[in-house]
Amino acid sequence: MSFLSRHGVLERNAILLAVAILVVILIGGIVEIAPLFYLKSTIEKVEGMRPYTPLELVGRDIYVREGCYTCHSQMVRPLRDEVERYGHYSLAAESMYDHPFQWGSKRTGPDLARVGGKYSDEWHVTHLINPRSIVPQSIMPGYGFLARAELDPTKIARNMRTLRVVGVPYTDDQIKNAALDLKAQATPDSPDVTDLQKRYPKAVARNFDGDQGRLTEMDALVAYLQVLGTLVDFKLYDDKADLR
Amino acid sequence: MAQSTARKTMTFGEGGTALVFAVTALLCLVGAAKAQDGTFAFHAYLSAVASVLAVFMIFNSYSRRPSEPIPAEIDGKPNYNFGPIKFATAAAMFWGIAGFLVGLWAALELAWPALNFDLPWTNFGRIRPLHTSAVIFAFGGNALLASSLYVVQRSCRVRLAGEIAPWFVVLGYNFFIVIAGTGYLLGVTQSKEYAEPEWYADLWLTIVWVVYLLVYLATLIKRKEPHIFVANWFFLAFIVTIAVLHLGNNPALPVSVFGSKSYIAWSGVQDAMFQWWYGHNAVGFFLTAGFLGIMYYFVPKRADRPIYSYRLSIVHFWSLIFLYIWAGPHHLHYTALPDWAQTLGMTFSVMLWMPSWGGMINGLMTLSGAWDKLRTDPVLRMMVVSVAFYGMSTFEGPMMSVKAVNSLSHYTDWTIGHVHSGALGWVGFVSFGAIYCLVPWLWQKKQLYSLKLVNWHFWVSTIGIVLYVSAMWVSGILQGLMWRAYTPLGFLEYSFIETVEAMHPFYVIRALGGLLFVIGSLLMAWNLWMTVKSGEPEPVAARPALQPAE
Repeated sequence: MSFLSRHGVLERNAILLAVAILVVILIGGIVEIAPLFYLKSTIEKVEGMRPYTPLELVGRDIYVREGCYTCHSQMVRPLRDEVERYGHYSLAAESMYDHPFQWGSKRTGPDLARVGGKYSDEWHVTHLINPRSIVPQSIMPGYGFLARAELDPTKIARNMRTLRVVGVPYTDDQIKNAALDLKAQATPDSPDVTDLQKRYPKAVARNFDGDQGRLTEMDALVAYLQVLGTLVDFKLYDDKADLR
Repeated sequence: MAQSTARKTMTFGEGGTALVFAVTALLCLVGAAKAQDGTFAFHAYLSAVASVLAVFMIFNSYSRRPSEPIPAEIDGKPNYNFGPIKFATAAAMFWGIAGFLVGLWAALELAWPALNFDLPWTNFGRIRPLHTSAVIFAFGGNALLASSLYVVQRSCRVRLAGEIAPWFVVLGYNFFIVIAGTGYLLGVTQSKEYAEPEWYADLWLTIVWVVYLLVYLATLIKRKEPHIFVANWFFLAFIVTIAVLHLGNNPALPVSVFGSKSYIAWSGVQDAMFQWWYGHNAVGFFLTAGFLGIMYYFVPKRADRPIYSYRLSIVHFWSLIFLYIWAGPHHLHYTALPDWAQTLGMTFSVMLWMPSWGGMINGLMTLSGAWDKLRTDPVLRMMVVSVAFYGMSTFEGPMMSVKAVNSLSHYTDWTIGHVHSGALGWVGFVSFGAIYCLVPWLWQKKQLYSLKLVNWHFWVSTIGIVLYVSAMWVSGILQGLMWRAYTPLGFLEYSFIETVEAMHPFYVIRALGGLLFVIGSLLMAWNLWMTVKSGEPEPVAARPALQPAE
């Protein structure tokens, strides 16, 4: 049979077999991935998206470090029950500055894409320290150690510089003032808050962990949770314009 | 043997590798001194120690070896290199038990959250990647290393290419596992599922993997058989594709070359697509193609029957590797990934059902005329049941990739159940079968210490899998339905926490299933230990010559 004998060529040449395998497995990935980088419809045009503030970015790194994505998604699907439970379905634009993305794959706990502003800072801190003190049936681990870990505000500028190289549009001004902005966001009565909000529109400055004078990982994580899903103004967003 | 007269000299490979490792040790010490964070320093010290050990091992083996190079053949028979394979087999068993235990612990944490102890390194978020990496890459990876390096030698009838290189692959891979696992516990992660290790571990794995590919290819090239046996096609596809996936998913920029933190080059939707192109094909090429390679050698060998259909193996091999790579987007249904990509992912996932079942049929039908052996040989039974689990999960997978089904199943335990019917049933059982075959072959024993224990292992683990998978079906579908349930007045019927509460009994049953699986693996480890320690040695002439490959 000709087909079988022709296959014999591959069976007799290891290099040829390896090259044939490589060609065959490259096709699907190229077709599915490459267009995402140039099709303009992939990421919607929205108002309000900005890079994370230094404090929020530290919080995000903690979210990644603790593996929160193993139980919480950040992706509201356009299904009736999800939109009612969590809010407007997630847009690609909302994670365009996320390196890496945190869409998740499992909801052992609820979706967090729009958790920002839903609960008070105090709720989050109490819940993170001992989830069952607020939600008795919860199976989430406690994260009290975050409240005990102090933050070094000088380190984050380097991370922002790295992110700028991979595509997050941090300005020189934002990177230069990173430590200042980080401290200001956790110190609501600081005079630097106005500058912070100029650099990061809609940034909220609060004493997130409720611990006066101390800058902790808890401040950062709660600041990150409180900004999730709040940046795009859905009163202005026209979902018909982005039908694809 | 006459006294060796040749002067003993160090080969270029020995000297060069020793030198490279000596330099590496120094560089690691510099890295440790300048480290930006504690974990990086720890890993740098660990690497320095490992490099020094490597230099020591090279000199040690040099001083022990005779002056002539190791012969490729002795009395016209290939002088197979089994040392690295023995190590990988033992490592697979060790990491397997460790990974299953961590999985059991994670399962118990979900049933009783107090077991998290609220410490950074014991919380679920860090334990879960430890479990997945330990079972997939440490257990599965070592099983694949052992079986692929064994099969390529036997089916090509030549000694493995290189002397240091195979050892470098096996030991280097296991060192990667140590770096990755300790990193997770200390909070060093990229958060890309099944690709969590940070940039320096990724770089190290790249080096190890390239050497693995070279060893494998070089052994294929110097084969004594005219044709490359079908199992090797699958192993080769596994090695080549994992290299491509690893490079595509992991390009990251470290914040500092002396620190563990990095940021991935991709962001948002593109990162998601890259991740699940990687993630699904870690399933497709690590957990499927590689283990199909195991099936294609060990099932026919153990059943003493030829492979059912040569033509089917050609058709299903090429269609499987072509279609699998497209299936990634089914992990991103209804997300912000563009619809066209989701639809492509779904379509190809449904088509994937056929080549998957082609493989299953080829494996099962190999038993034609030997079905009676299932009654008497629990090792063969284990492998055949693994192929049946393969068939079951490769039907379930395409079904779950249909968008309508996925809208219910996604984010729930149904996915976890699906993964475990594949992981425990297919990957676990076919590896157990292969290891049960390999240990007597490698250590030259007449047979296993106890077939009765294998039988116990089979039944205890099978019951464990059934408990696990059915508990996750019920909990997954239940939770999916509760999330979308509405009252007659049009309000959502359940709060999220009510759906969590409803999961508790199933999480307990799942943990019980996991416990049974762990017990089975302990029985196995003891059986293998006794085989190696006290098994009856194989009579020298008893081993039949290997049949030529197709």
